[in-house]
Amino acid sequence: MKHQRWLPWVFLAPTALGMGLFTLIPIVASIVLAFFQWDIITPPKFVGFANFATVATDSTVQVSFLNTIVFVIVAVALQLGISLGLAVLLTEKLPNWLRSFFRSAFFFPLVLSAASVSVFMKYLFNEKFGVVNWLLSLINVPAVPWLTSPAGSAVVIILVYVWQNFGFSFLLFLGGLASIPTETYEAASLDGATGWRKLVQITLPLLSPTTLVASVMAIISALQVFDQPYVLTGGGPGDSTRSAVMVIFETAFQRLEFGQGAALGVILTIIIMLITALQFRLSKRFVFYQ
Amino acid sequence: MTTTLEPRRTASPRTRPAARRRRIDWGMTGRITVLVITAVFVIGPVLWTLSTSLRLPSEAFSLPPSFLPLHPDFTSYAQVFQQLNMALLVLNSALVTGIVALGQMGTAALAGYAFAQLEFKGKKALFSVILATMMVPLQVTIVPVFLLIRGMGLSDTLLALILPALPTAFGTFLMRQYFLGLPPDLAEAAAIDGATPWRTFRSVYAPLAMPGLAIVGILAFNYHWNEFFRPLILTISEQNFTLPLGLVSLQGNMGTGSISVVLAGVILSMIPAFIVFIFGQRTLRTGLTSGLGK
Repeated sequence: MKHQRWLPWVFLAPTALGMGLFTLIPIVASIVLAFFQWDIITPPKFVGFANFATVATDSTVQVSFLNTIVFVIVAVALQLGISLGLAVLLTEKLPNWLRSFFRSAFFFPLVLSAASVSVFMKYLFNEKFGVVNWLLSLINVPAVPWLTSPAGSAVVIILVYVWQNFGFSFLLFLGGLASIPTETYEAASLDGATGWRKLVQITLPLLSPTTLVASVMAIISALQVFDQPYVLTGGGPGDSTRSAVMVIFETAFQRLEFGQGAALGVILTIIIMLITALQFRLSKRFVFYQ
Repeated sequence: MTTTLEPRRTASPRTRPAARRRRIDWGMTGRITVLVITAVFVIGPVLWTLSTSLRLPSEAFSLPPSFLPLHPDFTSYAQVFQQLNMALLVLNSALVTGIVALGQMGTAALAGYAFAQLEFKGKKALFSVILATMMVPLQVTIVPVFLLIRGMGLSDTLLALILPALPTAFGTFLMRQYFLGLPPDLAEAAAIDGATPWRTFRSVYAPLAMPGLAIVGILAFNYHWNEFFRPLILTISEQNFTLPLGLVSLQGNMGTGSISVVLAGVILSMIPAFIVFIFGQRTLRTGLTSGLGK
């Protein structure tokens, strides 16, 4: 279509200006700020790499980043395993109404707010009055100090997170499974392949592009975990469930060390990018494209 | 003759399908059992929350718990409006979410149209930059955004939540895909009829892209109705809180005293999400999984 040269920029202006102002400039500003010490009140002071060096010295920062890595490994493994298993169970010949019932049920937590979910989960996991411990007492399990012990807190945060997020990978896997042609299975059946062999030798390889996407998205989102530990445990007991984003939040907005907070944000972003890049690298060996 | 008789004897058509059917039934039973148990784990906590919110505040902690509130009691629902400025929280959340959703539909439609149907220098480069911003986590921009909002004199206002959320990289990407699927001839036909470029967009292309716009709107609604991190940082006074923030602070203030009041608030805050779930589930599903994978 012929049009004036300035015309596209009228259409682009809201997005381009908004993103420039609230995304691109802040990215650059964050990187610059990471080299300064600034509390808004006194003038900023250039400190070189000192803000980055705290990662090596500050034990709270170290513990929080380590917690996050452990959380990502366990939560993402659970999330992908559960959602893949359920997606495989669901694609086999089930009545349609049952299929859509289960699909809706597993999808439901995705429309809720992670903060509100954490509010009611905190009540469910209450050591004395919570329904979880009450149910466990029925099978003679003594009251578990869910939110007052480091191990219990970690378990609850992982459970609550996976509870809310597995539906997303589940949807991705359902889509991936639907795209595997049924003829492939029929051919395998003719060759005498059983259910388990079909799963391992057909489903998993043909699903690997979906698995890559699902794992990249799951890892990126788990690395940014905040709402659940913030509401459920406040990072405690001690620092046992403090996450990387919690420490960024506390550094910048509670202790008003904006330079330090920016530096930690930059470090987290670099970790996210490195892990994503690594996944795509590895995918060249493990992902099978039709 | 003998060759056709032999297989019939070893695999009689009567017994084999029956045996297979029985075996499949067992597999099916196990399968459905696993799915049902999972569904109970997923829906159970929400139903439990609902049932607790309908009990008297004093009974919220009674053990053994009664699963069904025999006498539904709405005291907690009345109290949540007294103890928490529920009406204001709902209004704030609705304003922020509504304006952001409509705004994103607008900015994404405009930018997506430019990328799909208009010609300009640096199109590819600009589009790559926009795509790249999707990879940048919120945490790396939030400190400068906070300082910027403060500098603009907008800190502790609803605008602080709205303005930075108006442009959307994912929405732009999605709308570009939608407009790419529409034929460019439409624009030429409209131009011959004397339509201005704006009219061509407004009356010809935008209406055809409504399904895509619905996805952008519903995704924005789902995200911003539920978001917690930005409101926690960008609002300070309670009169500017959104629902999730208000509920978390209510829980903090009240300890575990009258949990059923907090849970009543949680249930109320879920209603819009539930409506989206009922009526927009397909759109939301498409949106969440679109643009990913192949």
